Amino acid sequence: MTPEQLLFLATGAFTLIASIMVVTSPRLVHGGLWLIAALAGTAVLFVLLENGFLAVVQVAIYIDAIAILIIIVVMLTRAVMKETDPQINRTWLLASLAALLLFGGLLAIIALLGPASRPALVQPEGGLDVLGKALVDVDGFILPFEIASVLLVAALIGAIVVARTPMRGEGGDWR
Amino acid sequence: MVPLSWYLILAAAIFCVGLFGVLARRNAVAIIMGIELMLNAVNLNLLAFWRYQNPADVAGQVFVIIVFAVAAAEAAVGLALIISIYRRRSTVIAEDVDLLKW
Repeated sequence: MTPEQLLFLATGAFTLIASIMVVTSPRLVHGGLWLIAALAGTAVLFVLLENGFLAVVQVAIYIDAIAILIIIVVMLTRAVMKETDPQINRTWLLASLAALLLFGGLLAIIALLGPASRPALVQPEGGLDVLGKALVDVDGFILPFEIASVLLVAALIGAIVVARTPMRGEGGDWR
Repeated sequence: MVPLSWYLILAAAIFCVGLFGVLARRNAVAIIMGIELMLNAVNLNLLAFWRYQNPADVAGQVFVIIVFAVAAAEAAVGLALIISIYRRRSTVIAEDVDLLKW
């Protein structure tokens, strides 16, 4: 058992346990903190996969933006659900069955993989510039890049409009 | 050397845990947390395939970056919708938002 394998097993176990605690913790703020732990574990796994740039991007986007936003929304919507209310709905048995079936199916497909081999990591000359240039290269990935930026602008405008405080005189609720 | 299948099994496990969270939780924000776990597992899977199949190609990393952007956009819009629903209906329980149900 090489040190890299031990490190992978420790980080993988930590990430998996944190994920299970996210979906089973009765208090949502604790779930948000466990989510941050799971995302940090995944960032460590990205470093193990020898891609430090995406590990930093994971920390900056997922932990610093998305997880903080989730915790803020949990705190904004806190008053309605007491902590003693059940957090699992009544179809949880079917849900766990579906998750287990999916995991079994994925295991069956992964078992079809060939013998373990890993190619040597070839660092492209120019380092991170190659990735940046590929993102804006006309023969490269300019189209997904621009579509992603349009998506982000649309999400930005949509989120602002949807979460705006209703102005006086605007339609109330439809109850 | 860590075999590729270990990474794939871990990503599958995190994905299934996230799937259970989406299907079995009552609070809408908890459902969003499960969705983020699933997207995280997908990113792990993509990066493992990038490293073990063709690390010289930059396409794997571009795929992961696009998934990051899409996940951020979807989380923002989803949480904005939850806040809007909370303002009007004073509930964040997904079962209680049933106006369009039969």
